[in-house]
Amino acid sequence: MNPKEEKVKIITEEFDENDEDTGVGSQKKTSKMARQKRKKRLPAAGPEEMVSENPHLGNQPEPLQEDSDTRPLSMTTRRGPRSLPPIPSASRTGFAEFSMRERMREKLQAARSKAESTLLQEIPTPRPRRFQSAGEKELETEFGAEPGEEAQKTEQEDDSQSRSRVKFRDSVRKIKTKPPVPPGFPSAEEAYNFFTFNFDPEPEESEEKPKAKNRDGTTQEEEEGEEEEPPVQGIHKTDEQLLISATEAEAFLWGLDHTAADFVAVRPADYESAHVRLQMEKELLFVPSRLTVPTYKKLPENVQPRYLEDEGLYIGTRPDVPRTCQNIMENRLLTQEPGRRWFGDDGRIVALPNPIKPFPSRPPVLTQEQDFRAELETLYKKAVKYVHRSQHMIGSGDSPGNFQLDIDISGLIFTHHPCFSREHVLAAKLAQLYDQYLARHQRNKAKFLTDKLQALRNAVQTGLNPEKTHKSLDTTQKTINEYKSEIRQTRKLRDAEQEKDRMLLKTIIKVWKEMKSLREFQRFTNTPLKLVLRKEKVDQKADEEAYEAEIQAEISELLEEHMEEHEQKMEAYRAAYQQWKAWKKAQRAKKKKKKQAVEEHPEEEMGEPYPEEDPVKPVPPEPTDRALMEHQVRERAARSRRRPGEPLLVPELSLAGSVTPNEQCPRVEVLRREDVKRRSIYLKVIFNDKEVSRTDSRPLGADFRVHFGQIFNLQIFNWPESLTLQVYETVGHSGTTLLAEVFLPIPETTIVTGRAPIEEVEFSSNQHVTLDHEGVGSGMPFSFEADGSNQLILMTSGKVSNSVAWAIGENGIPLIPPLSQQNIGFRSALKRADAISSIGTSGLTDLKKLAKWAAESKLDPNDPNNAPLMQLISVATSGESYVPDFFRLEQLQQEFNFVSDEELNRSKRFRLLCLRSQEVPEFRNYKQIPAYDREIMEKVFQDYEKRLRDRNVIETKDHIDPHRAMVAKYLQQVRESVINRFLIAKHHFLLSDLIVEEEVPNISILGLSLFKLAEQKRPLRPRRKGRKKVTAQNLSDGDIKVLVNIIRAYDIPVRKATASKFQQPSRSSRTFSEKHAASPTTHSPTHSADYPLGQVLVRPFVEVSFQRTICHTTTAEGPNPSWNEELELPFRAPNGDYSTSSLQSVKDDVFINIFDEVLYDVLEDDRERGSGIHTRIERHWLGCVKIPFSTIYFQAKIDGTFKIDIPPVLLGYSKERSMIIERGFDSVRSLSEGSYITLFITMEPQLVPGELVREKFDSQEDEKLLQATEKFQAECALKFPHRQCLTTVTDISGKTVFITRYLKPLNPPQELLEACPNNPQATAELVARYVSLIPFLPDTVSFAGICDLWSTSDQFLDLLAGDEEEHAVLLCNYFLSLGKKAWLVMGSAIPEGPTAYVLTREQSHYLIWNPCSGHFYGQFDTFCPLKSVGCLIGPDNIWFNIQRHDSPLRINFDVTKPKLWKSFFSRSLLYPGLSSVQPEELIYQRTDKAAAAELQDRIEKILKEKIMDWRPRHLTRWNRYCTSALRHFLPLLERSRGEDVEDDHRGELLKQLGDYRFSGFPLHMPYSELKPLIEAVYSTGVHNIDVPNVEFALAVYIHPYPKNVLSVWIYVASLIRNR
Amino acid sequence: MAAAGPSVFLLMVNGQVESAQFPEYDDLYCKYCFVYGQDWAPTAGLEEGISQITSKSRDVRQALVWNFPIDVTFKSTNPYGWPQIVLSVYGPDVFGNDVVRGYGAVHLPFSPGRHKRTIPMFVPESTSKLQKFTSWFMGRRPEYTDPKVVAQGEGREVTRVRSQGFVTLLFNVVTKDMRKLGYDTGPSDTQGVSGPSPLPGLPL
Repeated sequence: MNPKEEKVKIITEEFDENDEDTGVGSQKKTSKMARQKRKKRLPAAGPEEMVSENPHLGNQPEPLQEDSDTRPLSMTTRRGPRSLPPIPSASRTGFAEFSMRERMREKLQAARSKAESTLLQEIPTPRPRRFQSAGEKELETEFGAEPGEEAQKTEQEDDSQSRSRVKFRDSVRKIKTKPPVPPGFPSAEEAYNFFTFNFDPEPEESEEKPKAKNRDGTTQEEEEGEEEEPPVQGIHKTDEQLLISATEAEAFLWGLDHTAADFVAVRPADYESAHVRLQMEKELLFVPSRLTVPTYKKLPENVQPRYLEDEGLYIGTRPDVPRTCQNIMENRLLTQEPGRRWFGDDGRIVALPNPIKPFPSRPPVLTQEQDFRAELETLYKKAVKYVHRSQHMIGSGDSPGNFQLDIDISGLIFTHHPCFSREHVLAAKLAQLYDQYLARHQRNKAKFLTDKLQALRNAVQTGLNPEKTHKSLDTTQKTINEYKSEIRQTRKLRDAEQEKDRMLLKTIIKVWKEMKSLREFQRFTNTPLKLVLRKEKVDQKADEEAYEAEIQAEISELLEEHMEEHEQKMEAYRAAYQQWKAWKKAQRAKKKKKKQAVEEHPEEEMGEPYPEEDPVKPVPPEPTDRALMEHQVRERAARSRRRPGEPLLVPELSLAGSVTPNEQCPRVEVLRREDVKRRSIYLKVIFNDKEVSRTDSRPLGADFRVHFGQIFNLQIFNWPESLTLQVYETVGHSGTTLLAEVFLPIPETTIVTGRAPIEEVEFSSNQHVTLDHEGVGSGMPFSFEADGSNQLILMTSGKVSNSVAWAIGENGIPLIPPLSQQNIGFRSALKRADAISSIGTSGLTDLKKLAKWAAESKLDPNDPNNAPLMQLISVATSGESYVPDFFRLEQLQQEFNFVSDEELNRSKRFRLLCLRSQEVPEFRNYKQIPAYDREIMEKVFQDYEKRLRDRNVIETKDHIDPHRAMVAKYLQQVRESVINRFLIAKHHFLLSDLIVEEEVPNISILGLSLFKLAEQKRPLRPRRKGRKKVTAQNLSDGDIKVLVNIIRAYDIPVRKATASKFQQPSRSSRTFSEKHAASPTTHSPTHSADYPLGQVLVRPFVEVSFQRTICHTTTAEGPNPSWNEELELPFRAPNGDYSTSSLQSVKDDVFINIFDEVLYDVLEDDRERGSGIHTRIERHWLGCVKIPFSTIYFQAKIDGTFKIDIPPVLLGYSKERSMIIERGFDSVRSLSEGSYITLFITMEPQLVPGELVREKFDSQEDEKLLQATEKFQAECALKFPHRQCLTTVTDISGKTVFITRYLKPLNPPQELLEACPNNPQATAELVARYVSLIPFLPDTVSFAGICDLWSTSDQFLDLLAGDEEEHAVLLCNYFLSLGKKAWLVMGSAIPEGPTAYVLTREQSHYLIWNPCSGHFYGQFDTFCPLKSVGCLIGPDNIWFNIQRHDSPLRINFDVTKPKLWKSFFSRSLLYPGLSSVQPEELIYQRTDKAAAAELQDRIEKILKEKIMDWRPRHLTRWNRYCTSALRHFLPLLERSRGEDVEDDHRGELLKQLGDYRFSGFPLHMPYSELKPLIEAVYSTGVHNIDVPNVEFALAVYIHPYPKNVLSVWIYVASLIRNR
Repeated sequence: MAAAGPSVFLLMVNGQVESAQFPEYDDLYCKYCFVYGQDWAPTAGLEEGISQITSKSRDVRQALVWNFPIDVTFKSTNPYGWPQIVLSVYGPDVFGNDVVRGYGAVHLPFSPGRHKRTIPMFVPESTSKLQKFTSWFMGRRPEYTDPKVVAQGEGREVTRVRSQGFVTLLFNVVTKDMRKLGYDTGPSDTQGVSGPSPLPGLPL
């Protein structure tokens, strides 16, 4: 089939259906008509049309562009297939195709007959053709199935159900005719179908649902109607033959290639038992059909379905249940006995309205991410304090908080309600007025005022009577005056009251009249209200008299009043008049004068204006006219007072009237009344904003009164703050509406149950209600007038009558929270808790103000009404309670301020505690802070305060040289900031910090561990096992020890015979010029012959000093001693702080000094030689090895052979090249200059070194480059995890920088270049020496934590401190600028561990430079400290060592070989040309020589003092002569860099100090600080000589290099005079 | 320093680690140690101890009784950092490896007298199922680097633990001079000291 065509058809079908949808209503009505039409039309359609419509049988409708009449027809055709046996869908066939089909059919016929014949042979039973059976089915469905054919029928149903799925098979089945099946036996086809069919539901299958009611699906409705039509079926029947043949042709066309298989005869399966079982199951089991149940089955007989919806009744939406489920349920119900009662009138299952809300009550879970964000957006709300809930809790500790509040809600009256009719409105008004009247009447204020007036008048009368008074006239007059004014006021009040009374009465009558007229007009009565006016006869005469008397009295009073007024006015007038007169006189006199003046100066007259205006002549006040006054009084009286003789009108409102019954009322009124009946009211009781209970729901009475009569007993624990009643109205069954809230006052404590009056509290609501009946609504304008004028808007309002009181307990004790608790206790609780939130709560109003007001307003303190107020005030003013009149933030702070801030600052203890908790370094681990201030020494703070003070002051004393002081300051500041950062970082933990957990083993580890099982228990070559590491957390002093294992030493200098004092060894024998390490020197020791064999050359021992603890080994003999001793030195951490960060910054060094033990015979007398030995042991320092503690800490162990730092001049000693060399070991040993010692140093227990900072630094590098570095490093680490690979480093500002940016040719100081311009090698050495003179300061020390910061060369030179990297970078840069090929070598060396060296390429070989010492080594030098090479870094690339070995001895440094060196930038990643971070060029300032000289003097002085300090028990003499000799010698040493001068020097010294035994040596150091110098001098132990006549010599020389690099030489010597 | 003005107060605690409830485990032993602040110092007694291995009682209670005595005296100038006892319980797993069965900590009681404390115990959890399996298999359960971690609040957020079992401890507490230094540790402390009112300007 053409897919396009199909699409079109589908669309049209949709269109069709839409049409049907729209036309549902009309369709239904006209369905019958349509049917009729169809009846007529269908036969006329003719075979041709049928054929043309055949193709749609496979549920494809033909879009018919005919008039509306044809529509039903099209539907019939569409329905057609449903009542027909299944036919495969096919393409639309035109007439031309039809003939083609005919031909096909013929072919098919032939094929079929063939198949039939084969079948016939096999199954000799008569076979009805398939179409016949289909026809049968039609009949069955129409006219009911024959009982005997049940099985067949179901089977056929199945067929039709699954028709669409098995079109092909169906058609085949039709092609071959089916043999009739004996009952109980399935035919072959049935069997086949049974096993192959998919029994799928076909919901719209409507084979036999002539009356299925489907309200939503309109098409089905259509369907139903149609299928009731027998004629249609008939037509189908007549055309059956044709149709089937057509379908057969279709099938043939479709399944031509299948025919072969299809024609294969299918025998009845032997698998009968299954079928039998199926049959049995069918009998036993009930499988409800999924087909729609015809309506008539669901309804009682002869009952037409009734559609309530059509009748205009509202029917809720039914729950959405799938059609199939519904069908199954219906079928199931029908088979059950009383099934019908489940069906409604319309034949559908009875269902409640859909309970599912149309909208979700939960916020929708949104799937889109941006919506998530919107959903999760933070909404800021003002913080709501919730404390006051609990805080007003009546203290449970104080008394059992068991208090009860009784709330009696008796009822509710609406003064207006939307359902009020007009009459109700008036009635309510009337009732209200009447209430008002009653209230007024009860109070009878007018009467009271009248009486008061009378009394006052009497008082005035008596007061005026002078003989009766005994008081002084003055007071009398005063009182009278007061009385009079009071009379005046009272009269006015009375008049007003009377007028009001009268007005009220008038209004009542008016309203009643209106009501009456309304009742007449509407001809029914709604309210039983009735007003009766009772007339009270009065004695006319007496009344008149009283009236007259009253008027007279009033008039006289008024007159009097007026007289007084007049009097006053007259007075004023007189005064004014006098004034006027005087003025007039003066004026006249003036005029006179003026006239004269005018005569004299006529021109002036006009110019002179009158200076003042004429005072108006005062008018005398008119006397009061009595008649006028009387008139006024009478008029007023007439207005406000009852006329004399008029009967007293007393209105009486009664409910005696009758209400018109419903029957006589018009419909709107009936509706209104019904509406009223539907309404009910209930109240909720809200206590402290919480609903505590609610009343029953009571219907609203016709009189709009609701009676509840319920009492709620509230057991309360919280102090009552609010009590609210909420009025809810329910209309019918729909929702409730909150009409209004009524706020009830909390009762006074005096009010207890039984004594509480019922109070009416009014409420009103602002709801707007419009009703469609007689009710006037709320908030809506309405009018009583016919023309709609004079509109009124009334709001729903009413009154709740209730009473609230405190309950009385069982034993008569009122359950009231005690007053004291309310006020005082309550407030004290407040003081404890929160002052702010209590402001404004009940009982806590501003009492002072209240008292003030009470005093001002002259409240009668004796008035019982005022009693509680007065009591409250008396409490308030007594000062017992106290209300803070301030506002305070952090109101709780005061509770914690146990002392004032000043005191806190003054207290040493608190200060100490504060500082410790702030982790200030000095106090970080301060233990046992004393309990009293007096026990804290002031000096505890001294260091700290000094540090704070010094922070900005540059201290020059310690540093001598200001630049260094500044640098030190700067370093200190950087250090502090870094330390602070690390202190914070210290508090961030990782899982591994807290929990030891085995890592998941990978295959290799597993394999290894398996391999280990087979390992020897005691291997021949045992390996050192890693010790357990200890986290430095719970250590204390003495826990940690430094173990130094001194194994052996090589080539210790040997003594020279003192005898050879004057023997000058030939200079040529000791040439030190062969520093080319690659070529080991071979000496022929000339002076070894000096010593007889066996004589002790040297007796060395090793002394290890660490933190001023000294241990030494035994004395060995010879220049190659072997000690093999372990020394144990305790370690103390600064301040006892064994934290990682503290340990990292330990700056102490381990000094390993090698001494020669010399025995001197001190026997004075030769004669005693036989009897005693008197020797003195002297020790001569030979050299030292210095290992920083930080190195030990980070390396965990140091194992190796180290070069002993031997002073360049060691008087009395010389290097011994003994026989070993001659024996030929030379080549093996490859001795270079110097002596060596083999050491093993470690710590016990092993400490876990601090970890690298887990911080990712930001970077300005290209992101791609950074990714590449990560990748590169990961690759390298994968191959050689232990080789150092560095690509990026952190610069001093904490940014990540690509490492090659550090390398760039930089000019060394010009001075150095000029020193030996012809010898590049010498220049290189000089440069290296210069670099090594810059003090070494490991980053770990300066920046606690192992954050390796790289400073650029200029920063390095400015700081004059740095570790290996900085030195190496600077040296490398110098070499680059010297034109050498130089690289930075990242590797590990002893003792430093991971470090940086410099590699240069000379003509034929490579040199490895130690940048910190300035030494250089050949590649094949065994004593080269560099032990492994990780990577090389050049200015434009990084090469990682991927050779098998990493020892410089065994690797090839040719970086051009990619097999050996993996380069970072390669063809795949080209060098992008990174700019350098180094400066363009380095600028060197010449160092101030004078300053250096000064420094030199100071150092000398300080050192001398120190030496004297170290010898407290001995006199220290200084040999000045020797000192000056040494001082002259030191510059020589500097010039020759410690080489080649010894013999000259010795000679000179000997010449000068011939008779002294001299032992001493020059020390050479870079200058950084004084302390290392002192330490170095101390470690030599020169001061330890305690020979009585010893003298000392000490000289210091400082050679300044550019940029403040200072080379310090210290020559220390001890001299003993020989005798 | 005599009674006139003590500069430290003393806290003497004796008692015992009585028993434990570990329903799933048997043959356990426990270790205890103390964690205290910088102002505290032990003056007498053992700061750490390790008990014998005990098996479950055969009765219904299935208690693991150690009755392991604690006897320690601290001195201090400041109640901040009041000592906590940290307990860790160990026992063999199915393969016989010693693994940790629980950590727990509790402050020593403040007030003098006899106190009984039952502390819930917990163990750190493996970070993943695989690790859980391997740690079970290898007998190396995750452990705290230092049992004292359980007495501090810092860094605990990175761990996950599982609760298991209880240990019951008995303390008898005696304090000295706390009142005099101005620390009142509750009503039961009152009868002990009848001395003069605290000195003016005494520390707080």
